Amino acid sequence: MTTFSYNPDWWHLLTGSFMSNALIAGVLIAVAAGAVGYFTITRRSTFAAHALAHIGLPGATGAVLLGLPVSWGMGVFALGGALAIGALGKKASQREIATGTVLAFATGLGLFFARMSSSATKQMQSILFGSILTISRSELLGFAVFDAVLLVVLACAYRPLLFSSLNEQVAQAKGVPVRLMGLLYMALMAGVITVATPAVGTLLVFALVVTPSATAIMLTRSPLSAMVCSTLLCLGSIWGGLLLAAMFPFPPSFIIVTISAALWLVVRLVTGRNQH
Amino acid sequence: MEKEAEPCIEFRQAAVQRGGRTIWSEGTFAIQRGTVTAIVGTNGAGKTTMIDVELGLLPLCHGSVTVLGRPAGQANGRIGYVPQNYMDDVDSNVTVDQSILLGITGTRFGFHRVTREQRGAVADIIDFVGLHGKERMRLNELSGGLRQRAAIAQALVSHPDLLLLDEPLANLDLASQSAIVELFARLNREWGMTIQIVSHDLNMLLPILTGAVYLLDGHPHYSGMSTVLDSQLLTHLYGTKVEVVTTPQGDMFVTPNPDMEPAGHGDGTLDASEAACFFKQHYAHSHPAGQQSQGATPSRATPQSAAATQPDTATQGSTQGSTQGFTQED
Repeated sequence: MTTFSYNPDWWHLLTGSFMSNALIAGVLIAVAAGAVGYFTITRRSTFAAHALAHIGLPGATGAVLLGLPVSWGMGVFALGGALAIGALGKKASQREIATGTVLAFATGLGLFFARMSSSATKQMQSILFGSILTISRSELLGFAVFDAVLLVVLACAYRPLLFSSLNEQVAQAKGVPVRLMGLLYMALMAGVITVATPAVGTLLVFALVVTPSATAIMLTRSPLSAMVCSTLLCLGSIWGGLLLAAMFPFPPSFIIVTISAALWLVVRLVTGRNQH
Repeated sequence: MEKEAEPCIEFRQAAVQRGGRTIWSEGTFAIQRGTVTAIVGTNGAGKTTMIDVELGLLPLCHGSVTVLGRPAGQANGRIGYVPQNYMDDVDSNVTVDQSILLGITGTRFGFHRVTREQRGAVADIIDFVGLHGKERMRLNELSGGLRQRAAIAQALVSHPDLLLLDEPLANLDLASQSAIVELFARLNREWGMTIQIVSHDLNMLLPILTGAVYLLDGHPHYSGMSTVLDSQLLTHLYGTKVEVVTTPQGDMFVTPNPDMEPAGHGDGTLDASEAACFFKQHYAHSHPAGQQSQGATPSRATPQSAAATQPDTATQGSTQGSTQGFTQED
């Protein structure tokens, strides 16, 4: 059994090169999750967002099986799932039984692919629970490109996306292409899941993409301030997780989701709101 | 601009289907500008469907519907629309002023700054609907009545020519209902706004209505208030006995409760001969051999005056708690 001892040399560990990749990844993940997480809650699509991570799992293990980068398989499967859910409309993303059934099936399929090769079996743990310390330079570049595209798209579609997320019926009557907005949101969500999964894995990604936004919504009174607040909360969770993981022999994913969940719980108790 | 004589909404032989089933058909009527009309009918009669048709969200299978001089759906920028239970399930941190602002900017793609004119329009409408001081409240922090005003304000902020509302009084307490009805009256009077309201309970709206579209036997009809306030029509429309009584506050409908009525007053259900009699009187000319008249013995019509029955009914209606609703002062 590992002893949970304090590492006095944590600063040296934190300034190492693999750690700098993890810290930069934290920023890129926080920006993506903070911007899209707000819409996830406003659209009431949190369960669909959670499901996307699991739908991406067979893609990730399948990619390992074929010798491709994990993010590629994850991204393709999550995007496919996202477009399928988006095409069925906003109501469908709230159909919890259908979504949950697909989620379970996809997780099983992910296990099946993983068992077909020994290298995939080895990677299963890091796909499910993340390995933020092994993020590579090329992955960072991919994250940065995604973030740039995400911010440009959101800046252009911000108001119609917000209107259709809040009041779909009226937005539709006023001529907002609500179906297109649903597809756009789901596609962005698939990207965010793909970017955030390497940090905490498919099982814990909810705590990074949805929880900070839920906390931010309790603290703020406008969409933009919620997105900024949520980005900071997400970043605080990731960096705090990395710091504590350098000091103590805890897995980073565990500390990241613990901080995120603790912030949510404290804010919820303090503000006394029960909605989220 | 449009000619004053041109109707605001015009149905011509309109019929609509959902999932292969005809919801209603042969709708031919016109609603003039500056009027307040109700859409009434029993559950499932197609009241919300009628709003969807007027917004062009649901295609007709026959006939045509013209709204504000254009085919339905083409003038939606000039229509304010408040769906049923609108904003009740908002699960976000959006505040009253941000929500109302979306009524102007919500359809625009691209990056835009909010202009001073837009902020001014939002502030004006907040004052008009009586939400002053509540601008920075979240929608989910408001009571149902105030949330309904915020919803109406979002529909009004772009200064539409027509306002469509689906059950705007449902789930509100009497004070909130009366405040919303007063708001409609001011809109109609001060802005000349044409308003159409889907409602299952007409009593609250009676003082401000010009007429009503009633969905009866699968067909929409329009008539002015004098015809609507006919207990035979109402009885037929609701499928249960309805009487019209006059109170000091105005006309109202009551549903007689057999347990409370004196003996011999009759029960609350509609018997076949009464239905047949009504049907013959009103529709025999346009719908030959209707199904209602089959097997029924046509008896003589019992004409009841539009606005009153015996005085004892009126007192019973208001004192014994069997009223269906509540009227407000005119």
